[in-house]
Amino acid sequence: MYERGVRRWLVLALFLGPSLVGVVLFVAGPIVASLALAFSSWDLLTPPAFVGLRNFERLSRDLEFWAALRHTVTFLAGYVPLVLVAGLAVAVALNGRVPARGVFRAIYFLPVVTSWVAVALVWKWLLNPQFGLVNAWLAQVGIQGPAWLFDPDWAMASVILTSIWKDTGYVMVILLAGLQGIPRVYYEAADIDGASRAQQLRHVTVPLLAPAIFFALTISLINSFQVFDQVYVMTGGGPAGATTVLVERIVKQAFSFSRMGYASAMSWVLFVLIFATTFVLSRLQRRWT
Amino acid sequence: MRRLWPLLTTLAIVAGAFVMLVPFAWMLSTSLKPSTALLVLPPRFVPEEPTVEAYRSVAASFPLLRVFFNSAVVALATTAGQLVVASLSGYAFARFTFRGRDTLFYGYLATLMVPFAVTITPLFIIVRTFGWTNGYLGLIVPAMFTAFGTFLMRQFFLTVPRELEEAATLDGAGTLATFVRVILPISGPAFATLGIFAFMASWNNFLWPLLIVSDRQFMTLPLALATLQGIYPGQTQWNLVMAGTVVSVVPMIVVFLLAQRWVIEGVTTSGLKG
Repeated sequence: MYERGVRRWLVLALFLGPSLVGVVLFVAGPIVASLALAFSSWDLLTPPAFVGLRNFERLSRDLEFWAALRHTVTFLAGYVPLVLVAGLAVAVALNGRVPARGVFRAIYFLPVVTSWVAVALVWKWLLNPQFGLVNAWLAQVGIQGPAWLFDPDWAMASVILTSIWKDTGYVMVILLAGLQGIPRVYYEAADIDGASRAQQLRHVTVPLLAPAIFFALTISLINSFQVFDQVYVMTGGGPAGATTVLVERIVKQAFSFSRMGYASAMSWVLFVLIFATTFVLSRLQRRWT
Repeated sequence: MRRLWPLLTTLAIVAGAFVMLVPFAWMLSTSLKPSTALLVLPPRFVPEEPTVEAYRSVAASFPLLRVFFNSAVVALATTAGQLVVASLSGYAFARFTFRGRDTLFYGYLATLMVPFAVTITPLFIIVRTFGWTNGYLGLIVPAMFTAFGTFLMRQFFLTVPRELEEAATLDGAGTLATFVRVILPISGPAFATLGIFAFMASWNNFLWPLLIVSDRQFMTLPLALATLQGIYPGQTQWNLVMAGTVVSVVPMIVVFLLAQRWVIEGVTTSGLKG
């Protein structure tokens, strides 16, 4: 930047201005406003009123909020470990000598580029208890399939399975990038020492892949705290409220009940949960890698 | 055991690929069935008499063409906007020196940690105040400004050797001229990564359109699909819903097949999924 004086300011305004105005108006401003709203009561009709910590007090006694939190954690506890294991398995397999592995990588990645609404709809139809393909195929091997999304005991499991199907390819590409960074000599040395494939996976691949695994783990956790699209389309929080989750509650409180302050308070609880989890993970990573 | 491993791995990979493809095949197969064939037991995987009746019916009862056009306009405009805004600001953060630059940049990065759910309430109020609900502006403008885009472009510009710009400056070119004539022509890879990311995020976005659009004339594909499953009396007409789903899925798959490398790069660097 070689301009001086007024021209210098003009150039700066030209380059930084659009982004700065937009980020302040549509990102940073709303974040600050949301924090203020978390301590206010606002129904959109009367002006917002400061209420101190009352929203958070009410949250602590809100059974629906605790249920949504419990369901979100259930989702996360089922989804995160399984999608990581599935993604790792596919990545390791597709890093080896497999015919047409480029084609396979593309196939496993297809669900990642597909919108959540499309995926949720096709799985809702696949899992249809009466006319769906899954139960029809299960019946052919003599298993009577459950009612899936219509059964409170199976609904969350169905959402988790669908999410794993969609995101395995995503974990795969992150871990493939990590795998390709491991020098071949380590495997050659392990071969010479007579290590089996399983031992090589345990003692060479996994330790050297740890940073990539941590990255995939962090992103998966952050995303699962915010699970929404699949739940909204597949179950709408049902049956009988068995699959309500945090973001779905926030949206409902804000846009169905016009409790803007209460919804904002809930969203900041979500932020704190995500922030704390990410923080703990980064500490763990520093110790282990 | 050593001989067996590659064979077992290949078998497992093929089985997994089958699981990945079946839902897409089922989507297509259902969309080609007449309504009467939906309730046949056991369900047939290959439709007996394929028909495009479902596509016609869905287009008759829902402005599907218009919705497709909306999705395209919104995704393309959002992408173009993000590329312009992010490359200008990314360049400023990478090359300009001004007071408070690093603090401001950390402020940008900090916004990346805040989940979208935190901002939706005030963002909705702002967009409603501007009168941008049920219209293109509300879908496009707020999505043009992302700290992530600025960050990505800045990281790219930092890898460009300064000598390139210095040569242009010696010839008397100003900052803008240097940026346009020297920097932009070599920014293809960064534009491709950010562009595909922005396009995909916009094309697949559901929560934001759900909040600000209720008029079918301004719905994007994901919102229209979610609406479609509820508009038929009685049971969901799955052949119609799947026809709409096919229409929404095909363009993204085509983009992916044509630009695989950039799609994968955009998705992995951003942590965005669908």
